[in-house]
Amino acid sequence: MRALHHKLWRDLWQLRGQSLAITAVLASGVACYLMFMSTLDSLLLSRDLYYSENRFAEIFVPIKRAPESVARRLRMIDGVDKVDTRVMAPLTIDIEGFREPVVGTVTSIPDHGEPLLNRLYLRAGRSIEQGHNDEIIISEAFAKAHAMNPGDRLGVIINGKRKQLRIVGTGGSPEFIHQLRPGGMFPDYERYGILWMGRTALANAYDMEGAFNYAVLTLTRDADEQGVIDRIDDILKPYGGIGAFAREYQPSHQFLAQELDQLENLSGLFPIIFLGVAAFLLHTVVTRLVSTQREQIAALKAFGYSNVSVSAHYLQLIMLIVLAGIVLGIAAGAWLGTLLSAIYVEYFRLPFLRFELHPLRIAQASVITIITGLLGTLAAVRAIARLKPAEAMRPVAPARYHTTLIEELGFQRLLSTPTRMILRNLGHKPVKSLMSILGIALAVGMLMTGRFQENTINYMMDVHYGLSQREDLAVGFSEATSRRALTELESLRGVDYGEPVRNVPARLRYQHREYRVYISAFEPGAIIKRLVDSDLNIVELPGDGIVLNDYLAREILHIESGQPLTVEILEGSMPIRQIPVTALIRQDLGVGAYMDLDALNRLIGDGDVISGAYLYIDEKYADEIYRHLKERPRVVGSVIRTQEIENFHRTMDESMLFWTFVATLFAVVIAVGVVYNSARITLTERSRELASLRVLGYTRGEISYILLGELALLTLVAMPPGLWFGRALCGYIASSIGNEMYRVPLVLEPATYAFAALVVLVASAVSALLVRRRLDALDLIEVLKTKD
Amino acid sequence: MIARSPHRTDTEVAFRTRGVTKVYQMGEVQVHALRGIDLELYKGEFVVLLGPSGSGKSTLLNILGGLDVPTSGTVNYEDHDLSTFREAVLTRYRREHVGFVFQFYNLIPSLTARENVALVTEIATNPMPPDEALALVNLSDRLDHFPAQLSGGEQQRVAIARAIAKRPDVLLCDEPTGALDISTGIVVLEALARVNRDLGTTTAVITHNVAIAGMADRVIRLSDGRIADIEINSSRQSPAELSW
Ligand SMILES: Nc1ncnc2c1ncn2[C@@H]1O[C@H](COP(=O)(O)OP(=O)(O)O)[C@@H](O)[C@H]1O
Ligand SMILES: [Mg+2]
Repeated sequence: MRALHHKLWRDLWQLRGQSLAITAVLASGVACYLMFMSTLDSLLLSRDLYYSENRFAEIFVPIKRAPESVARRLRMIDGVDKVDTRVMAPLTIDIEGFREPVVGTVTSIPDHGEPLLNRLYLRAGRSIEQGHNDEIIISEAFAKAHAMNPGDRLGVIINGKRKQLRIVGTGGSPEFIHQLRPGGMFPDYERYGILWMGRTALANAYDMEGAFNYAVLTLTRDADEQGVIDRIDDILKPYGGIGAFAREYQPSHQFLAQELDQLENLSGLFPIIFLGVAAFLLHTVVTRLVSTQREQIAALKAFGYSNVSVSAHYLQLIMLIVLAGIVLGIAAGAWLGTLLSAIYVEYFRLPFLRFELHPLRIAQASVITIITGLLGTLAAVRAIARLKPAEAMRPVAPARYHTTLIEELGFQRLLSTPTRMILRNLGHKPVKSLMSILGIALAVGMLMTGRFQENTINYMMDVHYGLSQREDLAVGFSEATSRRALTELESLRGVDYGEPVRNVPARLRYQHREYRVYISAFEPGAIIKRLVDSDLNIVELPGDGIVLNDYLAREILHIESGQPLTVEILEGSMPIRQIPVTALIRQDLGVGAYMDLDALNRLIGDGDVISGAYLYIDEKYADEIYRHLKERPRVVGSVIRTQEIENFHRTMDESMLFWTFVATLFAVVIAVGVVYNSARITLTERSRELASLRVLGYTRGEISYILLGELALLTLVAMPPGLWFGRALCGYIASSIGNEMYRVPLVLEPATYAFAALVVLVASAVSALLVRRRLDALDLIEVLKTKD
Repeated sequence: MIARSPHRTDTEVAFRTRGVTKVYQMGEVQVHALRGIDLELYKGEFVVLLGPSGSGKSTLLNILGGLDVPTSGTVNYEDHDLSTFREAVLTRYRREHVGFVFQFYNLIPSLTARENVALVTEIATNPMPPDEALALVNLSDRLDHFPAQLSGGEQQRVAIARAIAKRPDVLLCDEPTGALDISTGIVVLEALARVNRDLGTTTAVITHNVAIAGMADRVIRLSDGRIADIEINSSRQSPAELSW
């Protein structure tokens, strides 16, 4: 067996280029899988650790105001473990040197000691001290956005009252991992701050002495969650309870959960592509190896080596390649995993990352890859077993070739003899040719996914902010306000035009499904805020009735246009009505329900009021307008459209860039792997023919045409299906990552098609050139001395 | 009997070699394949190269055909210097002047007989039509057959047709009948003789078979990389007359 061992290493050395290419493809599959899985595992682990260490609540209960004594009744509910009460308040923040309005949410923490639930972690400074009513802790992200440190002062307006506060610490809590301002679409750490303040101080400022307006609680092990929520709602109804909800609806948690789900959805897709390609490459390489070595195999068998030991020899060769792929893949996967995890940690604003590449994942990846290797070599091993020593010693008869369909269609005369050779060679092994085309097509498709996100996001932003949400500035009031507020805003210098809006929280019910949203009401004929349908036509608001966006209607409530929706307004008189759905609109961002302003006001019955305004402003006067807004106590929020678009890019750009990079890298590995292997195999298969042609007087360039023409043809033929496949792949990704925050329309710019095609063409050309070098070194005499 | 003068010394020289050596470096060992060959081949003559295995016949033929270059010495075909290392020059020389026939026919399996011949006629300056070349080797009824559909002798005749279709000035054959049985071998040799006679192609044929020497104008014997002996046949036999 020692001799066989030598042969093993020699064969491997002979096949080093191809082995390397296959190793790279296998490693990419393993790396891709481990990258996704380690990121997913690490994020889940880090999140769960954060949740448990900081005692993240399970039920969230916003109310208007309840005396502290009510908390006891909540504690008594069967299934409730711990209850913590607190005061939460919106506030306006004044940051020196920052011109735009900044708003925030302040949450109370006990004057002394830690909260029972939703505990803070401190990044810098210390917690507040009893008796120091002006001390606050601010969120790490907010602090970073404004370069604020413990010791700095901050001016705020709470409940219309101006206060000077002192930052003593920065940190966060599991409740605010993802920090989204009400009405905002994307995190904006500059213009939205999360703050914590002592209970006594905040209660004083917000008129909540001896009372609370938010409770959070945890459940016992086998509590009936829905039962508890119903009980809480019953108890708190008199106190202005607007409905308790479970952790799965907690905005920050929901965001994380959805993003992680999407990551999981995609984690399987790409590794499968790689392993498929690798199996095919192994198959072609080993099949070719066995066929060139059939005489050696026959000789070994004739000497008395068994089928098993000869097959084992080739399997060992494969397993060396596979193992190299696994080892490399683990290393690359761990590295990419830390990169991707770090991006997500930043994106989610998790306070820490516990990176974990679980041995189980490594085991999974290894087993799958080994199985891939076995599948890829099955056919070759079977061929070894079937080979009879006597047969194998005879030379193979020349293969039977046929004219191709293209020639029979009458194009033959247009084709030169070398071109005919190319066509017939491809037609001679249709399965192999098809698989090569498929492999190249996969690479093209994968490349398209790298740019798809960017394309679709640009489109979404264009549609959302270009057609639908067109204000320069959105202003929100702390409570429903008379329309005069709009007239006042319009009278400010620099405000060109304004439109009223009223947003009210509501619970929408259809059959057994329900969902909480803000109903947004405005006036028919509005030009700033408009609704568009799937063909981007403007949809007019109905006089009565409600318009839903298609995701809310179809995916969440399962309701169609024309059907009655039960609307429970969670404000004012809290009316419950049946309202017909009059139209579905297309909206890629958010989940929305829309009504006519007058109809909504009639329904609630609290007069002709609005809760905010959309404004067109003159940028020249922006500073002046912002200053005005900061001074108006009732203005609690303002969103600047361009800023929102920037926020989005800030949120997404890094991950998009990373994915573009990874997808491009992986796609190039596939393209080079497929083309290079195909070229090498073609070279060994054709070296004799090509040498014959050289002897006949063909130049190097002319014979390159035959070899490289074959590769070029494969690559070109792979383009249309590749681009089609890329579109399908992007479509699949789009469909699997839709959620309440955004849906992804399938938008691909021509440049993306061109990019994918170009990268694969270049990768093919480079692989072809690598082989072309070998072609130049073809030993004419050596080749002619031997029979096939 | 072929009624042509065997004496060619008065006619034009096609090849001239002077002091040609070829040394192969095999690791530590030097293999001297040719040890100084001085030789003239004349236009239109039919030469047979004889000699034991390893005596340097193929090496010499390959050098004459521009497939290989000597280690030292000069080789000229008319005014072409074949001792050059310039690949492009040798390729052009092969393309314009030489036809090769090998023991293993080296046909392109994906091309029909006609197309295998067309491969050459497409790049030659003054070729004959592929059908005509195949007719010369009596294969007019096999034009559209792929190599897999032809017998060994037929494949070798396609190879000859391919070699002669460009009307080469020289035809170099390395054991063309080596893989064939006697009667097939005779058919192939007849094809070679006919080309030599009809087209006046200078022809050199390597063989192990001493009997074949009878059809040559001259028989050159090699031994250990040297010319051992040159024999001039006073009359050439036709292949059918040869006694194997
Ligand atoms: N590529 C090569 N490398 C090393 N030695 C070679 C090579 N080609 C031929 N030889 C050696 O040169 C000598 C002459 O070979 P060759 O011309 O093929 O002989 P013949 O055709 O007369 O049998 C032999 O000893 C052979 O082993
Ligand atoms: Mg020889």
